[in-house]
Amino acid sequence: MICEKCNKRPATVHLTKILNDTKTELHLCEQCAKQTEQVTFENSFSINNFLTGILDSIQDSPIKVDYIQATKCDHCGMTYGKFKQIGRLGCSKCYHAFYEKLNTLIKRIQGNESHIGKIPKRAGGSLRIKNQITELKIKLNDAIRKEAFEDAAYLRDQIKELQNQIKREA
Amino acid sequence: MTKWMNELGPDGDIIISSRIRLARNLEEFPFPIALTKGKSKEVHELISDTILKGNSSLKNECKFIELNEISSLERQVLVEKHIISPYLAANYEKSAALLNQDESISIMINEEDHIRIQCLLPGFQLENAFDIADKVDDVLEEGVKYAFDEKLGYLTSCPTNIGTGIRASVMIHLPALSMVGYMNRILQAANQIGLAVRGLYGEGTEFIGNVFQISNQLTLGRSEKEIIQNLKDVTKQIIQKERDARSTILSNNKIQLEDKIYRSFGILCNARILTTQECMKLLSDVRLGMDLGILKDVSTENVNEIMVLIQPSYLQKQANKSLSSNERDIRRATMVREKLKY
Repeated sequence: MICEKCNKRPATVHLTKILNDTKTELHLCEQCAKQTEQVTFENSFSINNFLTGILDSIQDSPIKVDYIQATKCDHCGMTYGKFKQIGRLGCSKCYHAFYEKLNTLIKRIQGNESHIGKIPKRAGGSLRIKNQITELKIKLNDAIRKEAFEDAAYLRDQIKELQNQIKREA
Repeated sequence: MTKWMNELGPDGDIIISSRIRLARNLEEFPFPIALTKGKSKEVHELISDTILKGNSSLKNECKFIELNEISSLERQVLVEKHIISPYLAANYEKSAALLNQDESISIMINEEDHIRIQCLLPGFQLENAFDIADKVDDVLEEGVKYAFDEKLGYLTSCPTNIGTGIRASVMIHLPALSMVGYMNRILQAANQIGLAVRGLYGEGTEFIGNVFQISNQLTLGRSEKEIIQNLKDVTKQIIQKERDARSTILSNNKIQLEDKIYRSFGILCNARILTTQECMKLLSDVRLGMDLGILKDVSTENVNEIMVLIQPSYLQKQANKSLSSNERDIRRATMVREKLKY
């Protein structure tokens, strides 16, 4: 079979579209298919497809099908059904909206579920301070053990200051 | 001048370049796929103002480019130089970029995520690249609020980038390992320990000219330092294996190797028509010849540069018009002959 568009190269991409019970067929070569907007050719083996494939295969999930299609992110309007199709979330709030399902997916693809590493100064907010407090507490215990009470008092004040900061921000 | 193309970095005989990419998003905007054109402009302004009106040294070094204000050829040249991603160029209606003078820093705006900070350096220097990207990240955070979750880390449009949002990669030239048929085993092994191996132009591109890109796949649950160290350790081993393979071939089949290299060099110096595929293959041989001291009249930096100059869009930009594939093949051959002339 020869490509319907360029009439030169052999057709290797076969498209069947059914719209309102009308069936159209298209036979194209790879080059022409890439130029046709109806075909999302390059993405046919992209990471999105694997992702959504994993989503489909999460069997033991207690969540029903209607949940899957209809759950919607209030912030950006993304539905879970659409996310499954495109493999991209619409906004940062989607992570909360689809939490139950995404959690399983993230564990599967990343092999982990909690972030370790850089924490932004502003958005990280209290987490950054909490981590600092944990570090200071270790130093404080150290100082007490060494009976370096002057240092300990200084560390204690620092911890207090940070704790107050969290309270103020909350 | 593009730094990675014109300078030879550490272990430059095998590692062409090192790259760090950080994915970041703004809290108050929907991700780029859900942004209207108007809103995407707001994102451009917010990010460019943070850099260009901030107090960091980036202010004087960077220029801001709206991708719909440059020609499609110019966009493709940036892709061929690895300065922006193919995805950013494809979404030019909503996207923009901030580039510094030597193009080692590139801040892509409205790629898959609002912000993709890229640092690209010649040779094997992942840590330096990370330090630079990390500083750019700190500068940006002074002006914008990132989407960040205490448990999940930096939130990204695709869950495969969540957590640190980091992608570290090396572009590596492995002609000897390819010759001795070791590459498949390396690809498998790399995959098993969470690294991805791709072609020259990233996801979905073929292996051409024995150039590979190796990068981390996982981004959540380990720190940036660990991720970089892991890639670094594996790359070091591959470098060693490549060096071993080179010296084995050199001691067992010296004359055959020299023959191959000189033939390739001869074709490149004399051919009148060259396809990208053929040219990359021959350049790989010539690069190996220089690295082994067999060819002395050309430099490795020179080959790194030629590898970009022969790409389709670059040739067309040089010619200042669009060219058919035949015309490109002829111009490519001319370009290579001029560059290799001594």
